[in-house]
Amino acid sequence: MTDLLSMEGIHKSFSGVKVLENVQFSLRQGEVHALMGENGAGKSTLMKILSGIYSKDAGSIQIQGTESAASSPKTAQALGVAIIHQELNMIPDLTISENMFLGREFKWGRTGFINWSKMAAEAKSYLQQLGMNLNPDSLVGELSVGQQQMVEIAKALSMHAKILVLDEPTAALTKREIEKLFQLITTLKTQGVGMIYISHRMEEIFQISDRITVLRDGRYIGTRDTNVTTMDELVQMMVGREIKERFPKVETKIGEERLRVERLAQDGKLYDINFSVRAGEILGIAGLMGSGRSELAKALFGVGKYQGKIFVNGKPVTIKGPAEAIKAGLALITEDRKGEGLVTDLSVRENLALPNLRTLSRLGFISHRLEQDFVEDSIQKLKVKVHHSGQEVSSLSGGNQQKVVIGKWLATQPNVLILDEPTRGVDIGAKREIYDLMNQLVQSGVSIVMISSELPEVLGMSDRILVMHEGRITGEFSRENATQETIMVAATGGKSHG
Amino acid sequence: MGKVRGKSGILQRMGPLVGLILIVFILSMISSDFLTVGNIFNVLRQVSINALIAYGMTFVILTGGIDLSVGSIIALSSAFAAGMMASGTNSWLAIGIGVLSGTLMGTVNGVIIARGKVAPFIATLATMTIFRGFTLVYTEAKPITGLPDAFGIIGRGYLFEIPMPVIWMLVAFGVLYVILKFTSFGRHVYALGGNEEATRLSGINTNRVKILVYSISGLMASLSGIILTSRLNSAQPTAGTSYELDAIAAVVLGGTSLSGGKGWIVGTLIGAMIIGILDNGLNLLNVSSFYQQVVKGGVILLAVLLDRSKGK
Repeated sequence: MTDLLSMEGIHKSFSGVKVLENVQFSLRQGEVHALMGENGAGKSTLMKILSGIYSKDAGSIQIQGTESAASSPKTAQALGVAIIHQELNMIPDLTISENMFLGREFKWGRTGFINWSKMAAEAKSYLQQLGMNLNPDSLVGELSVGQQQMVEIAKALSMHAKILVLDEPTAALTKREIEKLFQLITTLKTQGVGMIYISHRMEEIFQISDRITVLRDGRYIGTRDTNVTTMDELVQMMVGREIKERFPKVETKIGEERLRVERLAQDGKLYDINFSVRAGEILGIAGLMGSGRSELAKALFGVGKYQGKIFVNGKPVTIKGPAEAIKAGLALITEDRKGEGLVTDLSVRENLALPNLRTLSRLGFISHRLEQDFVEDSIQKLKVKVHHSGQEVSSLSGGNQQKVVIGKWLATQPNVLILDEPTRGVDIGAKREIYDLMNQLVQSGVSIVMISSELPEVLGMSDRILVMHEGRITGEFSRENATQETIMVAATGGKSHG
Repeated sequence: MGKVRGKSGILQRMGPLVGLILIVFILSMISSDFLTVGNIFNVLRQVSINALIAYGMTFVILTGGIDLSVGSIIALSSAFAAGMMASGTNSWLAIGIGVLSGTLMGTVNGVIIARGKVAPFIATLATMTIFRGFTLVYTEAKPITGLPDAFGIIGRGYLFEIPMPVIWMLVAFGVLYVILKFTSFGRHVYALGGNEEATRLSGINTNRVKILVYSISGLMASLSGIILTSRLNSAQPTAGTSYELDAIAAVVLGGTSLSGGKGWIVGTLIGAMIIGILDNGLNLLNVSSFYQQVVKGGVILLAVLLDRSKGK
């Protein structure tokens, strides 16, 4: 049987820089083929070539045995290639059926008037094919992220997609939504759709894929059958060096209490939150999306009004805004790097300096020398890969951007560092560096509150774990007593203590 | 600190300047009257009013905002100043109060936008009408005349052969350039325009920055109003009408992004000069004022389109 898709000897350069070199990739009917590699390995370039956004410099692309390189996203569509992007491309103010058939509306003959009932019926039938019982007339903006993604997949099917590229599909989904997505992927397999699955999450890849291909630095490293390979082998393929431990947790001396929160509440978001963190301790906070984890982080940082008491180093503090939070010795690294962490138009230097301008200025004037020294120092300490500090921060990879965000906060010399999804969208090598950095920080007596959706990360790095559900703390576990299962029970609302 | 960054930075920076040089070159070819000292000072004097307003507008636009009320601020603040002078108040005091009132009008804009969370376009559209209305009430829709002779120096005087308005334009440029480039407040302006949420979470009081930029815009508008009043030797109730458009055009021609975060004040000065020289050149060439508007609009459109194609 010929492969559904076969890409061979793909080359691509951008202004002289080779980004893909002799890369191959194949996909069979009804197969889930995972594509892995660190950020910058060439995964997205390869997928952009497949979907006609970029053209290849050399190589062949065959779809069902015939040479058929897409020259634009439109021709890719005609060839049956569809990409579900990480950031969904849906218009929130339009209905499901309007979104599904955008630009291809069913009309009454050639009149230009839309045949609403037919469109709704068609939309419904595709949704049902995927086992979804959504009203095609409901607005997309009212759906959860998971549901929106399903609608986007239904849209791809309505365009008769045979090859479906899923780019980090679970990044924004809850556990339950992920299960639903996986069910759907299984359904699609039986229908003969081939799927390319891009993800950083090892556990998922082992759960859902049939084969795994690894790219590194624009080169093809190898393809493995999922049931014979191991995580360690894949990690080694991806980074080209062995990472003995994924989570290099070190033991630290736990000291004095740094932060204590008593009966913290925020209307409709947080209820009766009590906890404390000590110097040298990493407190993990687990929970599903929407459980109030990020809201808690923001409340501590003075976003929105709160009730309750916050103590830093034993002293009560009132935090009315980020400026006061910083003064009290808190730092928040938010989950939304682009939206809340960085000013992407500004340079690495300006981003690093932003919360530290007061100490870098004299009488309101920024001292060029102080700023330059500080920035060079930060870049070196955090091993940020940049050409020069004036480089736009948006030109960095996810991992390096995250290091810039961490760097800008470290300079405020926080007592308590709140990390919200510190390694989201960060490749394995940079992840390890971020963990090492967290270790250094706790060893120097900083307290870390780490919010994460990746349970292995929470289990691997925390000294103590809190679990949240619907704005409340529903579980607290010591490092020794925590398991994925007990955390999930608490995260879904079952009370348990370890 | 490169304010217009990235690979296209140099091009984007030089674009307006190249455009300016090109226009000067073309005009000096076709009109022998153009490149004379007298005419150049004449152009610069005309440019100065718009440049001063556009400087303030640059701060506002860098934060991603817009200030439509500058024309009305000019009218109301100069009416206050002229009214006081006409009734015998000390000129300096009258000027001070006029400028202060304009700054406060800007502060009002800023407070409405920052604390009231009203879109800048709507907020300043409303205050544009309100300030104009107050001007008409205060002046009873009549020009205020009978200003002291000494006051005329500000707008009509010379310093070493250079018209005073040109001096004001250059001094203000220097001060604002330094503020924008070397102070932490200047950095906050860029950061706020680039990403408000990230800036706020970095512990910066973004409301304060917003209120300040609109105050600066009000301050600059009232300063240009004082110069205008001095030049005309009277305060006109309709002074400054539609001046906001030329100011915005100058900022945009200078390469500052309307969505905020990117741009520089040097570009604004160049943009204001392009507009002024175009007006002057077309006058020298006896182009009817109706066609002048068509040409001016066309140039702005062309500049923005060129900028677009470079950015992509």
